[in-house]
Amino acid sequence: MNRTATLICLVLVLGGALLLAAGNQLAAPDSPFHVPTYVISLVGKYLCYAMLALALDLVWGYAGILSLGHAAFFALGGYAMGMYLMRQIGTRGMYGNAVLPDFMVFLNWKELPWYWLGFDNPAFALLMVLLVPGLLALVFGWLAFRSRVSGVYLSIITQALTFALMLAFFRNDMGFGGNNGLTDFKDIFGYRLQADSTRVALLLASAVALCLMLLAAGFIVSSRFGKVLVAVRDTEARTRFLGYRPERYKLFVFVVSAVMAGIGGALYVPQVGIINPSEFSPANSIEAVIWVAVGGRGTLVGAILGAILVNGGKTYFTGALPEIWLFALGALFILVTLFLPNGVLGLFRRREKAPAPKPATEPAE
Amino acid sequence: MTRTGDTLLYLDGVSVTFDGFRALNALSLLVEKGEMRAVIGPNGAGKTTMMDVITGKTRPDEGQVIFGEKTDLTRLDEPAIAALGIGRKFQKPTVFEPLSVWDNLLLALAGDRRPRFTLWARETEDERERIEQVLETTRLADLRHHIAGSLSHGQKQWLEIGMLLAQDPQLLLVDEPVAGMTDAETEQTADLLRDINRTRSVVVVEHDMAFVRALGVRVTVLHEGSVLSEGTIDHVSNDPKVIEVYLGR
Repeated sequence: MNRTATLICLVLVLGGALLLAAGNQLAAPDSPFHVPTYVISLVGKYLCYAMLALALDLVWGYAGILSLGHAAFFALGGYAMGMYLMRQIGTRGMYGNAVLPDFMVFLNWKELPWYWLGFDNPAFALLMVLLVPGLLALVFGWLAFRSRVSGVYLSIITQALTFALMLAFFRNDMGFGGNNGLTDFKDIFGYRLQADSTRVALLLASAVALCLMLLAAGFIVSSRFGKVLVAVRDTEARTRFLGYRPERYKLFVFVVSAVMAGIGGALYVPQVGIINPSEFSPANSIEAVIWVAVGGRGTLVGAILGAILVNGGKTYFTGALPEIWLFALGALFILVTLFLPNGVLGLFRRREKAPAPKPATEPAE
Repeated sequence: MTRTGDTLLYLDGVSVTFDGFRALNALSLLVEKGEMRAVIGPNGAGKTTMMDVITGKTRPDEGQVIFGEKTDLTRLDEPAIAALGIGRKFQKPTVFEPLSVWDNLLLALAGDRRPRFTLWARETEDERERIEQVLETTRLADLRHHIAGSLSHGQKQWLEIGMLLAQDPQLLLVDEPVAGMTDAETEQTADLLRDINRTRSVVVVEHDMAFVRALGVRVTVLHEGSVLSEGTIDHVSNDPKVIEVYLGR
């Protein structure tokens, strides 16, 4: 069942992205099959959210770590990408400064702060997309899990983490553009960001990244490591008396999850064209939890489904009935919790009563 | 109390205080290699706290806990103590409910516990044989693919004992193994523990006097955190101090 759901999800994500790409690139603008570019970017954005949801489900669904600050890793990956895109603007900025981004010129800064160095190099920037969220998760997780902080206390400190980062990034003298954030991007890897073909390429890159993450997450949760993780989630003390160190297991998935969220953020920024501190806002992280709950916690595929469904709904309702969107979102969460404890995916899931075949020779993932 | 070469576990003057309450009061206890020991005592006598100290869950305020030749358990944490070969069965059966019986045993099997190993680990022929063996001993062979959460209370107790066996410890600490079991299950459990005792040392904490009698082993009576009496079941049940503690309440 799980394997089938994963396969269907891979086919839908890749196939859907390819169809949209073909509709945009091959169909004539007046053809009924033409896909406008804004749809391409919109779907690309959903796929990035789906990466965040997948990352969250990995820690929440399988390790019981309810992170209410996961959007922080998403935003950090986004900022790392944003810094690269800022450096690509070069002399095309308002002030025409070849080195300094506009907001620095505006603040009368004379030279680039040290932490902006290297971001003109795409390889370095991509490395930072992985490293910055990963390192933060490593340090934060090491401190939290080693002290056996868990449950609601852990949720609260993850929330505090993202809130603190939001406040920090709002400050102009942090050097990340204050509340305007980073925007006005021109090129990515030498291609014009506004070009349809670049948009399509970003959508396809997002689809491929999401599929690879789903495969990686699937490998982790179906390995023996994943079984230990589930054991830790439900009966942490027992795993210790068996000789496992739960903190190491949690730390590993937490870091993997943060890196996934960071990659999602990095693909998100060029598609929406801006990254600002509101991405750190606690509400964003909580919304991501709702996506996972709606789709089906602890299923991976459900997280992707939930992110796309809820965000699709959000796009529709904020256009059609802007006042009621937040109420609808709240109601959705309550209804799903009450009536669909296993999420939308739980509706499709047949009760697996028959004993599974002996897992003697599990084929490689 | 003197230590001989055959001592496996030696608690020496162990005291534990929780918020002014002395759970263990200079407790000394000696378990030999290959011995089975029953520990009884009224509620609050410190039986579970003693288990907690041995397995590293609670750190004593005073005293030493020596395992084998000279390993001081009070300096180690739970995973390190488990790795030394001390297994623990909880009062309430604690198995990994969402996993199958087979996977529960697989996770319990002695072996590398590090994430970098378990992430890539494949089930080996040797592991399968060891699991089959445990399934046989615990009579769970027909239930191997069942989810542990769907087992009956008694079956969960057995699965947990099976997990201890898979862990291959030198010393098993078993907390109230027959609580909530039927008479037939109790009898089977006594057989199982005797069977296990052939190759390992066992400490059983139990309320059920009939069960302790059926085990027929040396008994330690705890009261207010220290040893009140020790000897055969007949000896301790005729000890006036024990009678007073049990009947005088």
